[in-house]
Parts: sequence; structure tokens; C-alpha cells
Amino acid sequence: MAELTYRDALRTTLIEEMDRDRAVVLMGEDIGLYQGTFRVTADLLDRYGPTRVMDTPISELGFIGAAIGMAMLGLRPVVEVMTWNFALLALDQIVNNAAKVRYFSGGQVDVPLVIRGPNGAGVQLSAQHSQSLEALFGHVPGLQVVAPATPAEAKGLLRTAIRGSNPVIFLENAALYGMKGEVPDGDFALPFGLAEVARQGDDATIVAYSRMLHVALTAADRLAAEGIRAEVVNLRSLRPLDMETVVASVRRTHRAVVVQEQWRPFGAAAEIAASIYEHAFDDLDAPVERVTGADVPMPYARNLELLAVPHEEDIVRAVKQTLYKR
Amino acid sequence: MAETSRAQGRASQSATRDGAAPAELRDAARWYAGMVLARRFEDEAERAFRRGKIGGYLHVYTGQEAVAAGWLAELRPDDIFFTAYRDHAHALLRGSPPGPVMAELFGKATGVAKGKGGSMHLFDVPRGFFGGYGIVGGHIPLATGAAYALRYQGGDRVCLCFLGDGAMNNGAFHEALNLAGVWGRDGLCPIIYIVENNQYGMGTPVARASAVGDLGSRFSSYAVDYERADGMDFTAVRALARRAIERVRTSGHPYAVEMLTYRFAGHGAADLFQPYRSKDEVQQARGRDPIAILERQLRGAGVLSDADVARIHEEAERAVAEAVRFAEESPEPEPAELETDIYG
Repeated sequence: MAELTYRDALRTTLIEEMDRDRAVVLMGEDIGLYQGTFRVTADLLDRYGPTRVMDTPISELGFIGAAIGMAMLGLRPVVEVMTWNFALLALDQIVNNAAKVRYFSGGQVDVPLVIRGPNGAGVQLSAQHSQSLEALFGHVPGLQVVAPATPAEAKGLLRTAIRGSNPVIFLENAALYGMKGEVPDGDFALPFGLAEVARQGDDATIVAYSRMLHVALTAADRLAAEGIRAEVVNLRSLRPLDMETVVASVRRTHRAVVVQEQWRPFGAAAEIAASIYEHAFDDLDAPVERVTGADVPMPYARNLELLAVPHEEDIVRAVKQTLYKR
Repeated sequence: MAETSRAQGRASQSATRDGAAPAELRDAARWYAGMVLARRFEDEAERAFRRGKIGGYLHVYTGQEAVAAGWLAELRPDDIFFTAYRDHAHALLRGSPPGPVMAELFGKATGVAKGKGGSMHLFDVPRGFFGGYGIVGGHIPLATGAAYALRYQGGDRVCLCFLGDGAMNNGAFHEALNLAGVWGRDGLCPIIYIVENNQYGMGTPVARASAVGDLGSRFSSYAVDYERADGMDFTAVRALARRAIERVRTSGHPYAVEMLTYRFAGHGAADLFQPYRSKDEVQQARGRDPIAILERQLRGAGVLSDADVARIHEEAERAVAEAVRFAEESPEPEPAELETDIYG
């Protein structure tokens, strides 16, 4: 075990995987000379040289498409998007090529591609730089979508992503890069599609992922102070989605709150809530509650921005709602 | 069109100066047979489409055969290529057997992509064919990255990227070309972009869609050398292909060519009336049929006799009939195939 930041957990995993396999190459905007916008790739250009650590033009469609072609030829590109907002420029490449080429070729190619970068709201970055896009990618068969919430998850999930043979949407969070945590040594890897019970409790289940996990855990602390024992399930991975762990928890607690930072309509929470209804309807003692971001473009003004993202009091209120308490 | 014809004429003269050795003409007979097969295949595919045997879209290559044939004739077995959705001839000329290609169009389990891709998504990865793609321009970045991977992995393999004139107005084209230009400076992008300029992006003439008349000039914006040449004369295309492939193989620099060609058929099988062009124009273009041009050359050189030509046509007829029978008799994909090949 070593204590690492989320950022260093990512960086050391990149280093370990690049040392292990020459097929691993990095691409992205300002990942080399500039050392990476969030310094995840600091020093890697010096270590591995420009053919393995490629500074790309500001050209998401182009370099993500090129990375797909590299992956089809057997390289293992790890592409950094400066933020996931910019990946919208490459949506055709991700959805129409990366996700589907294995299928429409009848299984003739692998696409061992990782696209990683920060997803979600920042601080006063306003409408175009503050989106949570997991539902968009989670919708598409052929993609895997993971959202690590801790340094250990950052390491374990990134290793699995790099060694796999599928395109992985790897959703980091800018607010977490500085977070410290214990990270197992060695070849530590976390399988996709395996959620974790981050806190045990019997009264209600809170389902969360990425930064919202920490908001949920804080909410659970506050609820505990009021004598309400909330269980918190950390999804880690949205596609594949570990509904077994969620449903097992809900069967015990009979109440569920699903938390997401993104817009409410057609979001991850809607999918998860619907799955809970499908698998545990008879076990529920209350309707599933959703805690989500406001259904608006992200405003710039700090007071409005704070109104647009979920907070622990929203989760506390929702849990109490499932318990019919005020 | 008149301007295009003049350009074709000029290109043709310059290409002819490359000449062709007798041994090469003899080998060309093989490619002549391939072009005849591709033409027959497309005719039969159109018929099968009208019979309801082929679903979705069907884009035939009729008229453009010399482009794929000329380039693939010079491609080494370990080289690779990508193209768009007008991809049947590319597969056949690379050696994919007609049966599995037709079976793919029929949506059968024996198709080259197990019936999961259809006409627009033919693949034959063991032969270096990394696919047909249905979103215009979308495959150009893939091919560019694939070329980088080839050089990164060592060796001197090259990648061909066939694309249509319509794809040159798409952001994917421009972004990929810029990457190729950047990577090419270090000799890390052994790719040739082959624009099959058939004069129309679906039904829109090139001049209505492109701000510049000389499409190839766009390559110079990205420091990628290019040339423009007649795409109807197999011998000239092949000579150009040999030079270009050798140059790219040695240097690792990207290269580009604009091949002036013409689509005799509609854009797709649903393009019945072709209101965007006159019958006269099509008729005039058919006067430079690439198969007839090559046949004339080979007869003139004494490489092909009347009997040889008749035999080649009969063999193509037989092969295509057999392909249709194979496709018709092949089973549909098992229902379980619905959910396979999504993740590896």
C-alpha cells in the first residue's frame, strides 16, 4: 500500500503499463511539452519520447479516430481528452467506429482503446465545460464506461482498461485529482462491472459514482447522526453495470436513492431506478428517489452554479423522503 | 464535365508516358479478369437488390474499377487498406471470394462479416482489408492512425485509404490530413489517400460542393504531396500506384492522388432517375469504360485473344452465379449471433 493522489495513481499506472507493453501509446492535447492540463502525464514525454507520447493538434475527431485505427492494428492507445466536453467533437468516431467496428466486421478486430479525462462540473467553468456525459456513452453498446471515485479505483480501473480489448470511456473528475488515498501496490487491477458497498447500512440504499460517491458518503454521515443508517453503493463502472450488488442492497434496505451529477432526463439514475423496479419491485417500501443536477445549461454565477449540482442535503432529503420522514 | 474531360485527357497523356512493360501487360490480364468479375458482381447485386434479396443500401462500383484494380495490383499482401461504403470491388480485387462477399450482401452467416455488416461494411482483415465504412469521411482518421501503427510496429508496410470526392468537405478528412502531415514529417505515416473523384457526392456535382475546383490542392494545405491523374486507365493507374507506394514505403511520408473517374450507375440502388445528370453525360462517360480501355490495350499487345476475352467473361459469369447460389443457400445468422462480437 502507498498513499497516492488520484492524479498520481493514474500517472503511475500509465508508467507501469508503458514499461510493461510497448504497444501502449499516449495521445492528447498538451500531454507532452505542457505536461498535461491536469499533470496526469507529467514527465512522460521525457521518459518515453514523442512517438509514444504524442502531443496532438486541437483536433479531437482526428486524433480519436486515429487512435481507433491504431487500436485496430494492435496498439493500445490511451487518449487524453482535456475534458470530456471536447469529446463531443469526436462523437461520430466514438459511437460509429470505436463502439461498432468489432460488430459490423463480424468480430475481425479488437479496439483496445482508452479515452480518459475529466467529466462533470468544475468551478465556474460555465455551460460548455461543465457537462456530465456518462449517459450519452453509457447508452452505446460496444463501449465500456467507468468512473473511478478514489485513487485506488483510478489505478485499478485504468489498468483493466489498458489491458482490455474494448474501447473504454474512462471518466475522471477534476475535483478528485488532488484527493489522496491508499493504493495497493503491484499489478493491482479492478474488474469492470463490480460495484462496491462503500458504507454499510440497513435503512436505505444510496447509489452513486465518481465525485458523487463522496457527497453520498457525507450525506450518510449526516443521516447517521440522526439515527438513519444508509448503505452507500459505489458503482465504479456504468457499463457494464453491476445491478446485482445494487439490487441485493435494496432487497435489504427496501429503499433506494440514486445520485447523478448530470441532467435528470434520460440520465444514469433513470436507468438504474428502472432496473431496481424491474428486479426488486416487491422489495421496495417507497418509490426510488433520484438526486440529479438541475435540468439547465450550467450557469457561470457561483450562486446559480451551486443550485445546479447535487449536494449532500439533497441526498439527505431524498433518503428521508424514502423513509417518509421530514 | 467538359473541363473534367480535358483534365482526364491531360492526366491520361502524362500517365501513358510511364509506359508498361510486356510482362506487366501479361499480368494485367489477371486484373482485367478481376475487373470483369467485379462488374458482373455489381450487375448481379443490383438484380438481387431488385429481387429483394439484398436489403438496406447498395452502392455499386460500376465504372470505377480501374482505380481499385490499379492500386490493389501494386499492394503487397502484408499491406492494408480502408475504404468507404462503395466497397464490393475492393474486396473482390483483393481476393475475397465472391461467395462470402455476396453472402454478406444477402445478410447470411457465411458473409465476410457474418452477415452483421452488409454491403457497406465488408471486411477481410487477414487480407489486409480493414473495412468499408458508411459515414462519409469517418474512416479517414482510422486509416491515418493505422498507418502510424504500421510504422510504429516497424517494417515497411503501407496503408491505402480510398475515399470519395464528397468526403473531402468533411472535417474528418481535414483533421486526419493534418495529422498525417504532422506525423509524416518524422516519416511516421506511410499512407496514400486515393480520392476516387467520380464527379458527384451522391447527386451533388463536385463544383457545387467544393469551394475550390482543384480538389487535390487541399492536400498541399497539409504538406501532403499529391497528383491528379486519369482513373479510367488501369495501366496508368497501376504505374502511378507503383511509384507512389514505393515512395511512401521508403519515406514513411503520406501521399495523395486524385483519380478522375466516373460512376456509371446511380449513387445507390435507390437512385433510379438520377435527375442531377443527363443520360447523354452518362453515355459519353461510358465511352471511356475502364474495362474496354484495358481490353483494347491487352488485345493490341497480343496478350488477350477473342477467345481469352470470351473465357474471362464466361468465368466471371460462372463465378458470380455460383456466388449468388452460395449466398442464397447459406443459412441466416443464428439468433445467438445478435449479441456476439460486441465486446472482446
